[in-house]
Amino acid sequence: MYNAGQYDVIVVGAGHAGVEAGLAAAKRGAKTLMLTLNLDLIAFMPCNPSIGGPAKGVVVREIDALGGQMGKTIDKTHIQMRLLNTSKGPAVRALRAQADKVLYQQEMKKVIENQENLTLRQGMVDQLFVEDGAVKGVLTETKAAYYAPTVIVTTGTFMRGKVLIGDIEYESGPNNQRSTVKLSEQLEELGFDIVRFKTGTPPRVNSHTIDYTKTEQQPGDEVPRAFSYETTEFITDQIPCWLTYTGEFTHQIIDENLGRSAMYSGAERGTGPRYCPSIEDKIVRFHDKPRHQIFLEPEGRDTEEVYVQGLSTSLPEDIQKRLLETIPGLEKADMMRAGYAIEYDAVVPTQLWPTLETKKVDGLFTAGQINGTSGYEEAGGQGIVAGINAAAKSLDKEPLILDRSEAYIGVMIDDLVTKGTNEPYRLLTSRAEYRLLLRHDNADLRLTDIGYKMDVVTEERYERFTRKKNLIDQEVKRLKSHIIKPNEDVQNLLHELGGSPLKDGVRASDLLRRPEIKYDHIKQLIPNDETLPEDVEEQVEIIVKYEGYIEKSMQQVDKMRKMDNKRIPEHINYDDIQGIATEAREKLKKVQPLSVGQASRISGVNPSDISILLVYIEQGVRSQASNE
Amino acid sequence: MEQDTITAISTPIGEGAIAIVRLSGDEAFAIANRVFQGKDIYEVDSHTIHYGNVVDSKTNELVEEVMMTVMRAPKTFTREDIIEINCHGGMVSVNRVLQLVLREGARLAEPGEFTKRAFLNGRIDLSQAEAVMDLIRAKTDKAMNVALKQMDGRLSGLIRQLRQELIETVAHVEVNIDYPEYDDVEEMTHEVLVEKATHVKKEVQKILQTAKQGKILREGIATAIIGRPNVGKSSLLNKLAHENKAIVTEVPGTTRDVIEEYVNVRGVPLRLIDTAGIRETEDIVEKIGVDRSRQALKDADLILLVLNGNEEFTKEDAALFEAAEGMDVIALVNKTDLDQQIDMNQVKHVAGGSPVVTTSLLQEEGIDELEEAIANTFFEGELESADLTYVSNVRHIQLLEQAESALDDALNGIEMDMPLDLVQIDITRSWELLGEIIGDNVHESLIDQLFSQFCLGK
Ligand SMILES: Nc1nc2c(ncn2[C@@H]2O[C@H](COP(=O)(O)OP(=O)(O)OP(=O)(O)O)[C@@H](O)[C@H]2O)c(=O)[nH]1
Ligand SMILES: [Mg+2]
Repeated sequence: MYNAGQYDVIVVGAGHAGVEAGLAAAKRGAKTLMLTLNLDLIAFMPCNPSIGGPAKGVVVREIDALGGQMGKTIDKTHIQMRLLNTSKGPAVRALRAQADKVLYQQEMKKVIENQENLTLRQGMVDQLFVEDGAVKGVLTETKAAYYAPTVIVTTGTFMRGKVLIGDIEYESGPNNQRSTVKLSEQLEELGFDIVRFKTGTPPRVNSHTIDYTKTEQQPGDEVPRAFSYETTEFITDQIPCWLTYTGEFTHQIIDENLGRSAMYSGAERGTGPRYCPSIEDKIVRFHDKPRHQIFLEPEGRDTEEVYVQGLSTSLPEDIQKRLLETIPGLEKADMMRAGYAIEYDAVVPTQLWPTLETKKVDGLFTAGQINGTSGYEEAGGQGIVAGINAAAKSLDKEPLILDRSEAYIGVMIDDLVTKGTNEPYRLLTSRAEYRLLLRHDNADLRLTDIGYKMDVVTEERYERFTRKKNLIDQEVKRLKSHIIKPNEDVQNLLHELGGSPLKDGVRASDLLRRPEIKYDHIKQLIPNDETLPEDVEEQVEIIVKYEGYIEKSMQQVDKMRKMDNKRIPEHINYDDIQGIATEAREKLKKVQPLSVGQASRISGVNPSDISILLVYIEQGVRSQASNE
Repeated sequence: MEQDTITAISTPIGEGAIAIVRLSGDEAFAIANRVFQGKDIYEVDSHTIHYGNVVDSKTNELVEEVMMTVMRAPKTFTREDIIEINCHGGMVSVNRVLQLVLREGARLAEPGEFTKRAFLNGRIDLSQAEAVMDLIRAKTDKAMNVALKQMDGRLSGLIRQLRQELIETVAHVEVNIDYPEYDDVEEMTHEVLVEKATHVKKEVQKILQTAKQGKILREGIATAIIGRPNVGKSSLLNKLAHENKAIVTEVPGTTRDVIEEYVNVRGVPLRLIDTAGIRETEDIVEKIGVDRSRQALKDADLILLVLNGNEEFTKEDAALFEAAEGMDVIALVNKTDLDQQIDMNQVKHVAGGSPVVTTSLLQEEGIDELEEAIANTFFEGELESADLTYVSNVRHIQLLEQAESALDDALNGIEMDMPLDLVQIDITRSWELLGEIIGDNVHESLIDQLFSQFCLGK
């Protein structure tokens, strides 16, 4: 063992969580070290070559607003970009991009190499140094000892990873990388609760062997778009995806060979996610469905590999081949890689504070798939929070805790640390109570300020943001004060749009609330002296049009915040509180919620338990007051 | 958690022959022992009843002959030691017993404090606590049934059903949002949403309609007996109560204040309010009484307007009908045993659609008809149907009303052509509000619904 150096923050792993963690910590001013198994596989995408989608796409923008990297990199390296849910309300729109996997990795590596304060090293971490309940550093397989007061573990699915294909299984991380065994064992020794989760991938096929005429084309959007608020150059030549379906014969083969699936062979296995089911799961659970969608997604510009989305499986290789033969367009497809399931260790996330620091070991943070989530975006969102907070801890700065009304990242972390999860956790828009506030179009408005305070947003960007914000405020104010009289212009326009004519003058904002009226119409009627940028106009329209709903959400947020602001005393002894149900008591002891609001979100803690808790805290407050 | 010992008269004042002074807390047995001459409370078995005397320890004066119920923690309503002192001697002596235990160190309980303790000690959950509170206040067997029904979950069954409908709808909206690429899940439409929201709203309204009846059952129908002096109002109260509660004399202006009595007429709980006869008067005391009568009239759910058949219909009678305009009124033409001076046609005309019953309270005639008229006014056949579920709880009514207005908001949003994911906010809100009634508000269940209803994922 040799002393390899002293740092403020050490990040173990350079996946999607590790990358954001390392960059954020470094930006915040911490001397940061990133250690990873293989420098050629930074920000690797072992599953589908795609970033974004409902909720997840919003997270990418949130990461971006906090100065993170995911959005910028995918903007530069995608092969296709789409805006989803355009026919629906603004709250649920989201971007999704198909990535060029190799370019994405290369780009990420470059960014990391060039980041000030950030050192990138290859190495397998075997051990954490822990003394008196606090982390002190890490030891690599090659006996390099690195020291730091904070360590962020972002080892994804590598901890005791095991790949399963039919009845074949072997120790491995994703894509045949080495799995991490010793770290997992040590965490267990330190007293951490570990769960076993699983996830899976589908086979990949060679594009030359696909008969695309039997499939439907799924092109990208023509309008160029980007995740990052800083992106100014847009990719124009896009590559389409393709849609095909499973059929009767596919299902028949699966039915016949279910016993040979690693996940159905009867052996006790980790818990898989419901939202990312294997094709076996789909057939078993929804047996009556005649067909399932299969999306063919190119893995990049310079490769012929195509990802068969929808066919995730742990059936044996020979059966996988036969499955492909039953799918229109893939009858002759050459399977370049077989699908597989992977089992791995995850840390039960209720063992974390909302800062993502572990309760058991001071200075130790975990982020990403190790915390029981799935998805690159979820990992990135945790990574940036852990990075900011580890730096905060080392440098004695303010920590970052986002609440459920500020960001999907806040929803996710609150869910994880409060409720835990019994399957790999994926963000869905339905997990957010206030999703109208958590839009993809306002991520910058929600978080730039916070990022700036956390020193991860540059001065220049903050100024740009302030300008934008002012323009929005001014224009909303103008529309609220400007009265539009029922003159010929208005009446003609309304007639044209099929709306009823004006009887009296109305405020421009009220007119805009009519379903048939868009901001563009208002602009025609009462032009602004200044030409406003498109994103400002978009905000103004949303803010005015949906004001009623936004206000309602805000009222609920106020209520939530009231409960969240009721702090629970740090050294509360739940055994002292009579009348709390046993289950609730155990949960409260485990989760150690910081506030009554957080306590109320723990499943198994009932309103009556909360009332009692409130009475108890109130009692404490009262008796303290009378003692003084 | 050290708590003081609380006490209260646990049967509503003035109701029934037995009143109970209840004690709960660590000191309950000690206090009881100090005022009780009989067995040593500490020695007897739990959940037993003992005869003895309550004696004022200072003066050694006998206060009351009582039956004392002894219940040891934790198998009690509050999970604390409980003593119940059953008194028979009317309000005065009950009050003296209460005074005594207060003097011995008990504290007067706040309203609902026993239940609150039961709740705080983990004996009951929140929704039950409320039902128990209603139970305490239940005035008649019928109202008792309502409270029981509520506790055994018929209401919650109904609400669960409505919530399931809502959540399936919401899950459908959600799946379109979170999995836009899944073309095989059909898009939820405004039409379907309108249909669902309207249906649930109607059901909520139905429940709410029974709520008013529930309240009536719990608190009794406020029934004011009004009429000129000496027409027989107090006699009517006594007849319906089968007891001489009010003083009856031949002197007009006998009743000078409002007298209340709970009676049960064919299952309809009435809070009878006998009033001073309404007339212009110079007598100050009577004047105050008359003013109160007018107030009672305003607050009443039902008016029993008494007329004297032995006299002509007067201007004052007409004025009373006018004052009761728009309310549920039953007119009584009393004293039919005497010579009839009143013009019945005129009475029927003035009464409009209200029932008119002729009685001789003195000879107990016409009382059956009166009771039937009362029952008809409130039941209209509907209230008694067996499967109606009443909500009898103010909080529940409030939540139902909020749920209804959330559904209204959703329907308005649809009308305004708002996107479904916004309309969904209000639908989810109504689902949450209904959940609060039955104490079930787990957000996670939406996600469970999503994945059990649809086949999703890559
Ligand atoms: N003959 C006859 N006398 C009756 C009847 N009902 C009541 N009375 C008598 O009428 C007198 C007045 O009766 P109350 O019941 O005191 O009348 P009230 O309306 O309460 O009178 P105030 O309280 O003075 O306003 C008493 O002497 C009763 O006995 C009846 O049906 N027939
Ligand atoms: Mg009287």
